[in-house]
Amino acid sequence: MSDDLLALAERVVERARPDEQVEAFVTRGGETEVRVYQGEVEHFVSAESQGVGIRVIRGGRTGFAYAATLEARAVAEVLDEARDNVRFGTVDDFAGLAEPDGVPPTEQVLWSDELAGFPTDRKIELAKDLERRTSATDRRIRVDDADYADAWGEAAVASSTGVRQAGRENGCYVSVSTLADEDRGDGVETQTGFGFSVGQSPDEFDLDKAARQAAERATRLLGARKPPSRRVTVVLDPFVTAQFLGVISSTLNGEAVVKGRSLFRDRLGEQVAAAGVTLVDDPTDPRAYTATDVDGEGLAARRNVLIDGGVLQQFVHNSYSARRAGVSSTGNATRGGFAGTPGVGCLALSLVPGQRSQEALIAQVGDGLLVQQVQGLHSGVNPISGDFSTGAAGLLIEDGELGAPVREFTIASTLQRMLLDIDEVGGDIDWLPMRAAGVSLVVHDITMSGE
Amino acid sequence: MIDQDVLERVLASAVSSGADFAEVYAEDKRSTSAGLDDRRVEQVTNGRDRGAGIRVVSGDTTGFAYTSDLGEDGLRRAAEVAAAAARGGGGGVRRIALDPSPAHRPNDVAHPPDTIDKSRKVELLTRMDDAARTTGAEVVQVSAGYGDSTKRVLVANTDGVLTNDEIVRTLVRVSVVADGDAGMQTGYQSMGRTVGFEVFDEVEVEELARDAARQAITKLRARPAPSGTMPVVIERGTGGVLFHEACGHGLEADHILKGASVYAGKVGEQVANPLVTLVDDGTMPGEWGTLGFDDEGHLTQRNVLIEDGILTDYMWDFLRARKEGRPQSGNGRRQSYQHLPMVRMTNTFVLDGPDDPADIISSTARGVYVAHLGGGSVNTATGDFVFGMTEAYLIENGEITEPLRDGNLIGNGPKVLQDIDMLGNDFAMGNPGTCGKDGQGVPVGDGQPTLRVKALTVGGTAS
Repeated sequence: MSDDLLALAERVVERARPDEQVEAFVTRGGETEVRVYQGEVEHFVSAESQGVGIRVIRGGRTGFAYAATLEARAVAEVLDEARDNVRFGTVDDFAGLAEPDGVPPTEQVLWSDELAGFPTDRKIELAKDLERRTSATDRRIRVDDADYADAWGEAAVASSTGVRQAGRENGCYVSVSTLADEDRGDGVETQTGFGFSVGQSPDEFDLDKAARQAAERATRLLGARKPPSRRVTVVLDPFVTAQFLGVISSTLNGEAVVKGRSLFRDRLGEQVAAAGVTLVDDPTDPRAYTATDVDGEGLAARRNVLIDGGVLQQFVHNSYSARRAGVSSTGNATRGGFAGTPGVGCLALSLVPGQRSQEALIAQVGDGLLVQQVQGLHSGVNPISGDFSTGAAGLLIEDGELGAPVREFTIASTLQRMLLDIDEVGGDIDWLPMRAAGVSLVVHDITMSGE
Repeated sequence: MIDQDVLERVLASAVSSGADFAEVYAEDKRSTSAGLDDRRVEQVTNGRDRGAGIRVVSGDTTGFAYTSDLGEDGLRRAAEVAAAAARGGGGGVRRIALDPSPAHRPNDVAHPPDTIDKSRKVELLTRMDDAARTTGAEVVQVSAGYGDSTKRVLVANTDGVLTNDEIVRTLVRVSVVADGDAGMQTGYQSMGRTVGFEVFDEVEVEELARDAARQAITKLRARPAPSGTMPVVIERGTGGVLFHEACGHGLEADHILKGASVYAGKVGEQVANPLVTLVDDGTMPGEWGTLGFDDEGHLTQRNVLIEDGILTDYMWDFLRARKEGRPQSGNGRRQSYQHLPMVRMTNTFVLDGPDDPADIISSTARGVYVAHLGGGSVNTATGDFVFGMTEAYLIENGEITEPLRDGNLIGNGPKVLQDIDMLGNDFAMGNPGTCGKDGQGVPVGDGQPTLRVKALTVGGTAS
């Protein structure tokens, strides 16, 4: 249980000297991963790890250190190193730890005893079953690999400013990658796809849906050609929208705002998106994959409306960026484990969905493009300038129906324009295993670059 | 880190239930990093990562477990978990006798990072901040980072391999934001070497910062990149990522053996323009992808992958080489003791060609000149790959003209390799990179002379 982690964090914090603030973040976790290939286990990974990260603030200067162990002597050494590192920081009047703000965490069910007790041989069987079902979907399909994975984690955070939080969570997923082959006379054409299913416990998996999606994603791109360049209206598949929201989230990040790196830094209260767009960050929604009760500094996670009817309402903050901006923390401290200090980020984004199915949106668009996948979001999108350009693959929309598959082209616009150019949000919200939920999205005036 | 007799007993216990191979990979890594942002040194961080990963192979099945406990009990427990996952046919006692390899270092480290006072590391950051800000009044924000690590690695396996290695890394990076009438723009530079603090005798960090500032300021007057297919010239030492994506990943034996690469079954065939010779070399002194031994205890080596356009070989790790009954190529790598090794690149580069770089530009009537590339990615099964351009210009009538805004380029690997129609004689290695595959990141290097691809699709918005 996480009680011993909290006790360890408290012991560190008790050693805080009168002139310093100390925070200890302690974690322990484990993972299982099974990969199956052609009916056999290709690899099976099972392991546990733990670690501690300690932050010390004195006279406006911050120092940090971590170690991947909870051994008492090592923990003491980490505190000493963090203290020593304080010397090198620049004095920052805003430096400081989070202080309890009285907002109670929303109760959440983040732990499944059923998953914790799920036997190993059944995990292997699930991966094998998914591989079999996927292979059986279509004679053109080969399975590249089929995986089962689960993870559990316990974390505790304590600070000399009075924060005391501890909790644990676990989750699992299955995923499958596919190859679809078709003989083209002068050689074999291959396309790829993937499918997955996530759950708090394995009984929530929908293996058939994962298999069907993996097969369909690959086979429907067979025969794809490079399209001619032109401007189009696109329908983003839910999975693509979720990735797009991930990019948008960095422009709503309070740290980027106070450091002058957000293109929306001076736009609070202004129309930054089409009127039909309401964007919410809500980790208290239990349907969200990244739902959580507290943030990385131990403050309650909460529902924040960021864009309402297209109007920019607020940014997300941790305690530091909030102090600099003259507002309160929105409970958006992020933490990538014990080896780093808290950052700022959206925890569980979603667009408030509309009414219509993807099919209806496609019929409405008439002539355009369904974007099934994008490639290179990390290389061709600049969230500071707003330039947006990614590789893409998908299906043309012709006469309101899905038409020929296309690939090896890019779609481009700017983040600023894309938000304003949203015509409609679909009703098909999908709680994907990401920090943002997916939903079909219609955006006009996108440049498609091909032949 | 771990005594030889302990390793021998742990390995023997790992194969006692009949597995055919077991391996211990142990690391002890100490790292220091420092970050400056918004004119403030935000913090200095010290880290310690220490642990061992144990791999047990039985037939085509691998069991893997890791632990942060390097004592004999901790290792044995991990070995048990890994062995249970890779259940062998029979049992029996195997005696394991390790044969330690002599130390092998591709290069010396004159000033190990842990002998350098942290204040000197922090000073690099303020120097970069000052240099970037004094480059132009348009510079509104600077973030700079320093990082070093010293990683001791031990690999021991039931084939008798026992290697010890120590890898030292030193890195700086700087990002700059400039602001103008048409919004903000960004610039980035970095430098990373597998050497110690002596690298700063040669590398002037101010120069990196000024270059990042210059990129950002230049782009303030950039216009939208063109949209469509056209010739693209890539400056030397910036376009290695093109080959990394266009064919490097597709030449990794794990993709080949699963039939998930467009280059499967093509050894001996002409896969690139005859100008192209592509090498992966883990032995280059000081480079970012350099290692003495790979992460399976095999000496790194120089592997020619494409020679005069003809595919000569793939890259191999232990498992895939064993399956094919051929030697490994020193390409078995992993992110840390918490990860399984797989086939990875080291330093991947294209050798010099015949052309004068000035001629490459002057013979291009209209196209794009890419002076700085961002990251990229590839789908090895289709060969479609993208890479980002973060500093680029139009070429008009054989001359470099206006700066362009950021965007992605997209191409298909096998086609682009054939479409390289000019290759310069000005080879240079590029910036340090991190290559991601299957959730693991490893440091890689790349390089290439100035070159031209006669047709690539540029993903801008202008007609």
